[in-house]
Amino acid sequence: MATATIPQPHVPERNPGTPFDPSALEGALVNKSAIERRAATLPTRRSIKKEWQAAWLLHAIRTIDLTTLSGDDTPGTVQRLCAKARQPVRPELLQDLGMPGLRLTTGAVCVYHEMVPTAVAALEGSGIPVAAVSTGFPAGLNPHRLKLQEIEASVAAGASEIDIVISRRHVLTGNWKALYQEVRDFREACGPAHMKSILAVGELGTLKNVFKTSMVCMQAGSDFIKTSTGKESVNATLPNSLVMVRAIRAYYEQTGHKVGFKPAGGIRSAKQALDWLILMKEELGHEWMQPHLFRIGASALLNDIERQLEHFAYGRYASMQYQPLG
Amino acid sequence: MTLSELMETLPYGPAPETAQPALDWLKAHQGKFGLFIGGRWRDPAQKEWFATHNPANAQKLAEVAQASAADVDEAVKAARKALAGWRQTPGHVRARYLYALARQVQKHARLFTVLETLDNGKPIRETRDIDIPLVARHFYYHAGWAQLMESELPGYAPVGVVGQIIPWNFPLLMLSWKIAPALAMGNTVVLKPAEFTPLTALLFAEICQNIGLPPGVVNILTGDGSTGAALVAHPGVDKIAFTGSTEVGRLIRKATAGSGKKLSLELGGKSPFLVFEDADLDSAVEGVVDAIWFNQGQVCCAGSRLLVQEGIAEKMYAKLRARMEKLRCGDPLDKAVDIGAIVAPVQLQRIERLVQKGLEEGAELWQPSWAVPSQGCFYPPTLFTRVAPASTIAQEEIFGPVLAALTFRTPEEAVRLANNTRYGLAASIWSEDINLALDIATQIKAGTIWINSTNLFDAASGFGGYRESGFGREGGREGLWEYVKKAESRERRAQSKRKKNPQPSALGPKQSEAVLPPIDRTAKLFIGGKQARPDSGYSKAVYGPDGRLLGEVGLGNRKDIRNAVEAARAAFEGWRKTTAHNKAQILYFLAENLSERALEFAHRIHQQTGQDGQREVEAALEALFTAAAWADKYEGVVHPTPIRNVTLAVPEPIGVMGILCPDDQPLLALARLAGTALALGNTLVVVPSPGAPLTATDFYQVLETSDIPAGTFNIVTGERDELAKTLAEHDDVDAVWYAGPQAGRALVEKASAGNMKRTWTLPESGALPDTDEILRQATQIKNIWVPYGA
Repeated sequence: MATATIPQPHVPERNPGTPFDPSALEGALVNKSAIERRAATLPTRRSIKKEWQAAWLLHAIRTIDLTTLSGDDTPGTVQRLCAKARQPVRPELLQDLGMPGLRLTTGAVCVYHEMVPTAVAALEGSGIPVAAVSTGFPAGLNPHRLKLQEIEASVAAGASEIDIVISRRHVLTGNWKALYQEVRDFREACGPAHMKSILAVGELGTLKNVFKTSMVCMQAGSDFIKTSTGKESVNATLPNSLVMVRAIRAYYEQTGHKVGFKPAGGIRSAKQALDWLILMKEELGHEWMQPHLFRIGASALLNDIERQLEHFAYGRYASMQYQPLG
Repeated sequence: MTLSELMETLPYGPAPETAQPALDWLKAHQGKFGLFIGGRWRDPAQKEWFATHNPANAQKLAEVAQASAADVDEAVKAARKALAGWRQTPGHVRARYLYALARQVQKHARLFTVLETLDNGKPIRETRDIDIPLVARHFYYHAGWAQLMESELPGYAPVGVVGQIIPWNFPLLMLSWKIAPALAMGNTVVLKPAEFTPLTALLFAEICQNIGLPPGVVNILTGDGSTGAALVAHPGVDKIAFTGSTEVGRLIRKATAGSGKKLSLELGGKSPFLVFEDADLDSAVEGVVDAIWFNQGQVCCAGSRLLVQEGIAEKMYAKLRARMEKLRCGDPLDKAVDIGAIVAPVQLQRIERLVQKGLEEGAELWQPSWAVPSQGCFYPPTLFTRVAPASTIAQEEIFGPVLAALTFRTPEEAVRLANNTRYGLAASIWSEDINLALDIATQIKAGTIWINSTNLFDAASGFGGYRESGFGREGGREGLWEYVKKAESRERRAQSKRKKNPQPSALGPKQSEAVLPPIDRTAKLFIGGKQARPDSGYSKAVYGPDGRLLGEVGLGNRKDIRNAVEAARAAFEGWRKTTAHNKAQILYFLAENLSERALEFAHRIHQQTGQDGQREVEAALEALFTAAAWADKYEGVVHPTPIRNVTLAVPEPIGVMGILCPDDQPLLALARLAGTALALGNTLVVVPSPGAPLTATDFYQVLETSDIPAGTFNIVTGERDELAKTLAEHDDVDAVWYAGPQAGRALVEKASAGNMKRTWTLPESGALPDTDEILRQATQIKNIWVPYGA
C-alpha cells in the first residue's frame, strides 16, 4: 500500500476507540461567545512573516488533502490533480527558495470512489495516499449496508484513507448510541485504511453538538475528525474548529489516544492556512501540526500558497496564471 | 536557521511593527515638548523638562515639560476663558468637534498605536486592536451625547472647568474617557497625563489644534505628582476627575473636602474571577489570559484573584499552566507577543517585592519554563496557588501579571470570598448555568460584572467602582452625570429666597397649655427596631424658637452610632432583597400612619421651628408617596454595547447610609432624603435635624407601626457634627449625606476618605434637592455583561 512509503517522523499508533461513554458528553460545556472571542483573537495574537512564513506555507502544503469532489470529475481532471499533488510547487521556485532538493508533496489526494483507481494509478510510486469520500457522501442518507460496502470497495480499490460522513439525524435527535454504533461499523469496514469522520458541523445546530459529536466519533475509533464535506452552507470556521480541537485534547487527556483534525471547506487562502496552523500549534502543539495529525481539505488553497511563496522569493506580487493548474 | 530547518520546527519568527513613523514624529519636535495651554504650545514657566522612556529597552524617547503651579494657573485660566463660549456652543456644534476627534484618531490610528506602545510597553496587538479603537469609539459615542444633551438632559448645565488626572496603564484610552464626556456636556478641561506616558496626549493635543477646537477647551499639562496636586488644589477648578491608585484618590478626597469641587474617582481593584464547576474550563482559561495577562496585569479591573470551585481546581490549574507555557513575552512592537514590558523599573520592583512576599507567606508559585528578555522591564506570567484569603497577595493590588488562586466549595462561599476585599471594581463569573451566574452577579459588590467574559469595555457601558475602588461612572448615560449639574431653575431660586416668617396662625391654640401638667415623655434613640436609651446617659434639651423648653432627646454618642450601623448592616441584605413592590407598600403604609397623626406632627414642627407645620406635613406625605412611587419604577437600562450580549445597567442600593438632616424643614427633609434612600433599598442611620429632633423621635412611633423591618431605619439624636464624624469615619458605612454648615461638610468629606465612602453634602437651609438627584445619589450603577449564544 502507498502509505508505507510516506516519509513520517514515526508511524503513529492509531486511535483504537473506546467503549461508548456517555459521561464524556455530559461534560460538554461550550460557551459560544467565549469560543468566538478566542477564535477571533487567535489570528490577531500571532503574526508569521518572511522566511518563517515561507517555511510554514511549505509545511502547509504537506498537510493538504488536495481534493476534487465534483459531479463532472473525469479521469483527466483527476490525473491533473495528482500531477499537482506530486509537484505542488514549480521546481524553479523551490530552487529560488534555496531548496532545490526538497521532496514536497501534498498530504493526500481526495476523490470520490469512482476516481480511486485513476488516482491510485496516477500517484503510484509517489507515496501520496489516496483518500476516498464515502458512506453516501455528502448527505450520508444511503442504506447503512451499502455504506459499509462502499467503504470496502474503496479500500479494495487502493484508498488508504476513507472520509466517512455521519448521520446528522443521530446528533439532532440526541441518539448518541446510534451514532457511536454507526461510526464503529465504518471503522471496522475501513480495516487498515485510516478513517476520517466528517461531522458536517454546519448541520449540527450548536457548538455543544459539535463537541459531543467529536467525542462520540473519537470513541468509535476515528483516526481523524473532519469539519465538513465542503457541501454544507457553513463549513470549516475557526470557532467550530476550536471546539473540535479542544475535544481532541480532552479525548487525549482521557484516553491517551491521539486523533487528527481536518478542517475542510472554504480554506482558500495562504493566510487561512496559517490561521489553522496557529490554532493547532496553540491549542494542541507541534505534533498536531504534522500530516499524520493535521490535514487541510482544499482545492484552491495550493495556488494561493504558491503565489505567496513566489512573493517571498522574488519580492513582487505574483499572478495566478504563473501557477500551474491542478 | 534555513528554510528546511524552519519547516521542521515551525517556530514563530519575529514580526515587528516599525517604530519609524512615531520616531519621526518625535524627531519633528526635536524630541522636546511644551505645554498645551489655550490652544498654543508654550514652555513651562520654570523651564524644566523630564524624560520619558521606552520601558522595553530603557531608551529615552523625548523630553516633556514639567508643569508648575504657575502653569496650572495659566491652564485653568485658559479653560475658564474658553468655558463661556464653549458652554454656549450648540450641542450640534460640539458634536461636530467630537466627531472630528473620533475621525482624527482613526485616521492617525497607527501612529497613536505605535507611539502608545513605545511609551507604555504594552503589546502592539493591544494598542492596535483594543486601546485605540476604543478611544475612537468613545469620541463617537459622546459626539452623540453632545447632540442630544439639550433634549435628553433638560435642566442640566456643564460643571465648568474640569481638572483631569489620568494613569499610565491606558494613556490615550483614559484621556478619551475623561475628555469626551466633559466636552460633550460643555465643560472645558485641563488634563494631566501620567508622568510615565505623556506622549499620546501630546499627539492628541495636536489633533485638537488640527480640527480647530476653540483654544482653551482642552489644555494638556505634562508633569509629575506635584502638577496633579496643584491642579487638585486650584480654586478655579470646579471638578476633579481622577483615575489611579486608591492611595492618591484618598489624598485627593481629603484635599478637595469642603471645597465644593465635584469629584469622581476610579481607583484600584482586586477583582475576583470566579470559576464554577459547570464552566467551560477551556474558555475560562482564555478568560484568565484576558483578565490578568492583558496589559501585563497593569489593569485596575484585572481579574487578579482566581476563585475556583474546589472539585475542579487542579484541573483548572493544569490547563492554566499549559496555557501559560504558550504565552509569548517580549518586544512590545512584535505583533506576535502577548505580554510586553512593565511600565517602569519602580513598578517591576513592586511586583518582585509582592511576589517575594507571596512566597514567604507560603503560597506556591508557578511560572512557565521560558525566560523573559533580560534587557528591559519584563516579568513572566505568574500563578500562585494555595493562597489564603488572609495573605498579602490575596488582598493587595499587585498591578502585574500575577494571579492568586483560591478555592471555594459553594456559591455562598464564592460570594463571601469575592466580597472579602476593600475594593469593588469588577468581577468575572464563569458558569454555563444562567441561574447561578446571575444570582452571583447580583451579590458581588462591584461596578462591572462580566459573565463568561472579562475585560470588556465600551463607551455605552458605565465603568466605575464600589467601595474603595472609587465613585462615579465613566461611559453610558450614567457617566454623564459626573459632568453636569442642575441648572438653577427660577422656581428653586424663588424657594430658597422665601422668607422664614413664623406663621402663628398655623395651628391655633397651643395644645400643651392644658389644665393638668403634661405627662413627661422620654424621647429615645431608635436602633434595630427598638427604642434605646443613649449610651451616654445624657439628654439634650430642645427649645422652641421662642426659647421655651419643649423636651429632651438622648445625647447619642459613637457607641450608639456603632450599634445603629450594626443594626443597619444586619438589616441590609434582607431589605435589599425585599421586592420593590413590598418596599413601596411599606412606604405608602408609613405615609398612611403619618397622616393619621398629621395634626400632632404639624404642631410639633410649629413648636420647634415656628414654621407652618401643617404645610410641611402635607409636603412630607407627598414626599413619602413620591418615594413609594419610585421604589418600583427606578429602573436600569440595557446598553447597546457592540457585542452579542445584554449589558444590564442596574441601579443598586449603596448599602448602609448615614443621613444627617438639616435644621430646615425637619420632617420634609426626613421624608424626602430618608424616604427615597429607603425606597431604593438602603438601610439608614438618621441623625435628625439638630434644631427639631423631636419630630424624628415622634417619627419612630410611626415607623414602629408601619412594618418597617427592624434595623432598616435607625435614629440617633445628639450633636450632629460629632455623630457625622463618627459616621463618616465608619468603615462599614457606605455613604453619608450631610446637610449643614460648610465646616461640617468639609469634615464629612475629609473623614470619608478612610473607606472612600460616597458623600453628598447639602446646605443647611434652602430647597431640598430634586427627586432625580436624590434617586441617583441613593444608588450606584452595576453593569452586568451577559454574552449569549446558542
